[in-house]
Amino acid sequence: MTDKSHDPNQMTGAAMIVRALIDHGVQHLFGYPGGAVLPIYDEIFQQSEVEHILVRHEQGAGHAAEGYARSTGKPGVVLVTSGPGATNMVTPLTDALMDSIPLVCITGQVPTHLIGNDAFQECDTVGITRPCTKHNWLVRDVNDLAKVLHEAFYVATTGRPGPVVVDVPKDVQFATGTYHPPRKSDVHVSYTPRVKGDASQIRKAVALLAGAKRPVIYSGGGVINSGREASKLLRELVEVTGFPITSTLMGLGAYPATGKNWLGMLGMHGTYESNMAMHDCDVMLCVGARFDDRITGRTDAFSPGSKKIHIDIDPSSINKNIHVDVPIIGDCGNVLGDLLQVFKAEAKKPDIKAWWQEIAVWRARNSLAYRKNSEVILPQYAIERLFEATRGHDTYITTEVGQHQMWAAQFFGFEEPHRWMTSGGLGTMGYGLPAALGVQVAHRDSLVIDIAGDASVQMTMQEMSTAVQFELPIKIFILNNQYMGMVRQWQQLLHGNRLSHSYSEALPDFVKLADAFGCVGLQAIKPGDLDGALKEMISIKRPVLFDCRVAALENCFPMIPSGKAHNEMLLPAEATDEATAAAFAGGKALV
Amino acid sequence: MNQPASAYFLEERHDPTESHTLSVLVQNEPGVLARVIGLFSGRGYNIESLTVSETESQKHLSRITIVTTGTPMVIEQIKHQLDRMVPVYRVVDMTLTGRSIERELAMVKVRGGGDNRVEALRLADAFRARVIDATTESFVFEITGNSAKVSQFIDLMRPIGLVEVSRTGVAAIGRGPEGM
Repeated sequence: MTDKSHDPNQMTGAAMIVRALIDHGVQHLFGYPGGAVLPIYDEIFQQSEVEHILVRHEQGAGHAAEGYARSTGKPGVVLVTSGPGATNMVTPLTDALMDSIPLVCITGQVPTHLIGNDAFQECDTVGITRPCTKHNWLVRDVNDLAKVLHEAFYVATTGRPGPVVVDVPKDVQFATGTYHPPRKSDVHVSYTPRVKGDASQIRKAVALLAGAKRPVIYSGGGVINSGREASKLLRELVEVTGFPITSTLMGLGAYPATGKNWLGMLGMHGTYESNMAMHDCDVMLCVGARFDDRITGRTDAFSPGSKKIHIDIDPSSINKNIHVDVPIIGDCGNVLGDLLQVFKAEAKKPDIKAWWQEIAVWRARNSLAYRKNSEVILPQYAIERLFEATRGHDTYITTEVGQHQMWAAQFFGFEEPHRWMTSGGLGTMGYGLPAALGVQVAHRDSLVIDIAGDASVQMTMQEMSTAVQFELPIKIFILNNQYMGMVRQWQQLLHGNRLSHSYSEALPDFVKLADAFGCVGLQAIKPGDLDGALKEMISIKRPVLFDCRVAALENCFPMIPSGKAHNEMLLPAEATDEATAAAFAGGKALV
Repeated sequence: MNQPASAYFLEERHDPTESHTLSVLVQNEPGVLARVIGLFSGRGYNIESLTVSETESQKHLSRITIVTTGTPMVIEQIKHQLDRMVPVYRVVDMTLTGRSIERELAMVKVRGGGDNRVEALRLADAFRARVIDATTESFVFEITGNSAKVSQFIDLMRPIGLVEVSRTGVAAIGRGPEGM
């Protein structure tokens, strides 16, 4: 028998986990300790290569890891205990699945002999997280652990990225086994995501693009996921073709907001010109987006006259909601590269002057206009001023979910990818604050701002404490209208103005609350106070909670009403009570 | 269009549905069946029949045969959703290939006496069903065939004194020399 005691690859399961993190280049880990992960925490204590960020609630760890991942392109890593630790991760896992964010979540589990016994802090973690992960594993043998951990990183980060869970029982953490560094054979042979697009499909796409009279490019989060190169190629494609471009909420920043071909965001609260261009186009090039219901409106009236090209790495995104003519399965960056090459070689810039003239007419409607007010701060104005105040800074924006999120998307201009972190698919209130923590951990010297609402921010407020402990100077900019604004907007538009439980009667004093957490609290009530307070917020090198009191009853426009098509948008200037009631016909009359 | 007040598009579509038989080759590992079934329940797809067993134990491969119904768009979705699962090797739509054989096995228990016993045996003979258990007042028949044949046999046994049925669900395989 050989003596294994000096074999450096012989180690406990807990040590393997830390070793695997190091081998995968993980520098930061978000987590919360508990009984079933104590052996792993013991290993973390005895090393200095991986920094652990202690959150205040496991959901916070998950969203922080999402923010970290989205802003860096690297996987976010989470460590939580069994039972409640795992169940508290369900929301961030689902969020990451919907928005294709690579997360590796390691959960502790009760010892293998107690599984199924209703042991203390036991839950069926792999059962609960099966539908909200890309894949998950329960590791019953310490000798399988290295392989599973390496596969977990591979699955999370390749193909369409997504969250994975590795559930490790406590006895497996204690047991000693053999570790091996990552190797190709760690991955299921059945898992083979397709990266390169089919050449003949790309040719078909180029032929359609070259012959287009009224084209539009519609890009999404997939371009961001594909990496910086994909955004560069997208910009080049826009330049080479001269086509107008719009983007989903998740795709903002892939093409710069100051770019001359930019139409603004599309969809339910997108600009008039982008939605009209989508509706009236003859060729649509969808890159890394998935024809979500917030984008399409009513599907049977969606862009009726167009030929559609769809580039996506996930075959199940093709023809899911909308039938497309030329599907191209592959990685956005890879396909865009090939497509550009063919276009440059075989096609020339189509003449689409007439189309741009049409677009100019729609643009002139100025769909994001709002009336100015010198008495109260309008939320749109607040975002515009925030955007101005951050110019010249290295800025990252996260948001919660609701009206403030839409206003942020409409009025904050994103020039670069990976600068905009928001919960798009799942729409998770409480995402933004912990996500900002994650972003700040990855970008210590940058300006990281969570644009929040007064309701959303209270869902994960406790993470202020994490910000203070780890000296993460995030800025939480609350558009405080004392309502769950988007809920109230729908109640006004769709439920006869019966504002059922959308008003927060007893909000905390956010300034005092900031003080209690050891952060800095600021407040602005009048439009005249705003710029000074914003300047102060940015200059403070500590976490700041900014209570920006905004007009309580402002609503978010433009908007595609219920069951309507893109060309039936309701613009702010037209959103009188009567017009709104008519647009939402079928709903109750407005009071 | 009259739809209730919602920012979702609520109109239901009633496109015609089709029945398809899918063969799914998977890694035989814990939870793989739960993944497949969870996909169907989670996304609201139908399962008419599902059969699963390990087919190549050396390679830890199992073959799942699923009979499902849906619009052509939904059937496409189901195949893509199955195919992108990590432990799934291949998904083949046996209905689309048009060159597949489908078989199902059923065990049918019938109780009765006198002429009914004779009639049951006569029908079993006509359907090539075998008697696999007999008492003085009952038979258990084993019948193999496509689902329609099995169902027809069961229907004929009903007036004779059908007690219970156990069906395996459909297994399918392609014709000709090639594997899936």
